[in-house]
Amino acid sequence: MRVTLHVWRQKNARSEGKLVTYQVPQVDPDMSFLEMLDVLNEELVGKGEEPIAFDYDCREGICGTCSLVINGRPHGPEGGAATCQVYMRNFHDGDEIYIEPWRARAFPLIKDLVVDRSAFDRVIQAGGFVSVNTGGTPDGNTLPIAKTTQEKAMDAAACIGCGACVAACPNASAMLFVAAKVSHLGLLPQGQPERARRARKMVAQMDAEGFGNCSNYFECEAACPKEISVEFIAWMNRDYLKARLTEPDTVTPGMGAKVGPSPVAGHDATAKKHPVA
Amino acid sequence: MFRSSIGRKALMAVTGFGLLGYVIVHMIGNLQVYQGPDALNAYAKMLKGMATLLWGARLTLLVLFAAHVYLGVALYRENRAARPIGYVRFQYEQASVATRTMLLSGLVILAFVIFHLLHFTFAAVQPEYAEWKDPAGRPDVYAMVVHGFRNPVITTSYVVAQLFLGLHLYHAVPSMFQSVGLKHPRYNPLIRTLGVVIPLVIVAGNVSMPLSILFGIVGTSVGG
Repeated sequence: MRVTLHVWRQKNARSEGKLVTYQVPQVDPDMSFLEMLDVLNEELVGKGEEPIAFDYDCREGICGTCSLVINGRPHGPEGGAATCQVYMRNFHDGDEIYIEPWRARAFPLIKDLVVDRSAFDRVIQAGGFVSVNTGGTPDGNTLPIAKTTQEKAMDAAACIGCGACVAACPNASAMLFVAAKVSHLGLLPQGQPERARRARKMVAQMDAEGFGNCSNYFECEAACPKEISVEFIAWMNRDYLKARLTEPDTVTPGMGAKVGPSPVAGHDATAKKHPVA
Repeated sequence: MFRSSIGRKALMAVTGFGLLGYVIVHMIGNLQVYQGPDALNAYAKMLKGMATLLWGARLTLLVLFAAHVYLGVALYRENRAARPIGYVRFQYEQASVATRTMLLSGLVILAFVIFHLLHFTFAAVQPEYAEWKDPAGRPDVYAMVVHGFRNPVITTSYVVAQLFLGLHLYHAVPSMFQSVGLKHPRYNPLIRTLGVVIPLVIVAGNVSMPLSILFGIVGTSVGG
């Protein structure tokens, strides 16, 4: 099969970008989308042109590195899949395919289709962890967790941090990403000691990075390769509002100094009851 | 708190909830037009009689409305700024028309509220209303309403505005619950139902009054 590509080409962050049209005449339907780009790149290199820069790593849908807005949809036409899991059989002979980078102020463009997603790393650094003091490994089954709670936490933990939610949101909001991270830890007993502080710090960092606000379009949910539900955004909203209403205003974005006693995972006296799913 | 993204969305939800409550009470009060001139004029007189409550409510509404409009516009501007370069191609997957036109429907409602206040509260559109009294010496709200809605242009503008209000609420009602995190698998079906029923009831109730007057079903006792 033969496809026509319109690819966003931009030399670097400071230069002007534009869509450039390429013909890819010999496409095998069983090629992955990224392999199709590899083939085009080899041809470009052979002709002495600059190959198209795009992100990828595992190519099996678990690392969250690949991106690409394909025909106006982050990660392309296949629901519940990352760009690397999209195959050329999802397209037809003669198709015109538009390929653009993630668009968000918080994700500055580096080159062509590659954007800098380190804003997500800083959101995680702000609170997307549980503090575990060193010592003996806890015995197995000392922390009973209801199966429904485990599964819910796992649904949120499925987030691979690819940024498709930001790319899909008309407001370039990172709410689904942050919600997934806040709730996958906040649902489990190990996450309780830092729960309020985590919600506050991660949201403060999200705001500081320049992501948009949530208008409940729910386009993020449709684009998410891991099909994470917007119910987690509601969960985070409640968690955050509760944290703000019950604690004084002392949290600033970023790591900052720890407040209060050092928490011990799951065994802290301040740990709340297991959350109800 | 109200500088954070989530805090302001919660404030949007809370102010919207207050305004929704007012819209419902306002509609129920107005539906007394179907009970005839005496009921409606007595209701209007009763409201005017409770000066503290009336002005308290008006002030509260003004604050809620101003905050809601201000936040709506401020958030919209921020959200546009969060994506300085847009997509050449973009395809919506599940956002409804109501969701995508919240600012537009909101601005239409704002314009309508101003017109509506000028029309009936300040009698600036049809100034003769200010003088009208019913046989009991009360301001003749009933005659004013009937006279106003016999004008097809005014009735049409009211009906159109109500349709935009319905569109706004279709997104707003479920959104309110989402923004403050009041969601639970057990109650989500109820929230979805409310999201359809509340806008429908409000639009139907509010649209029925001007239309039944325009078509001569209500208000035949008023001359001219």
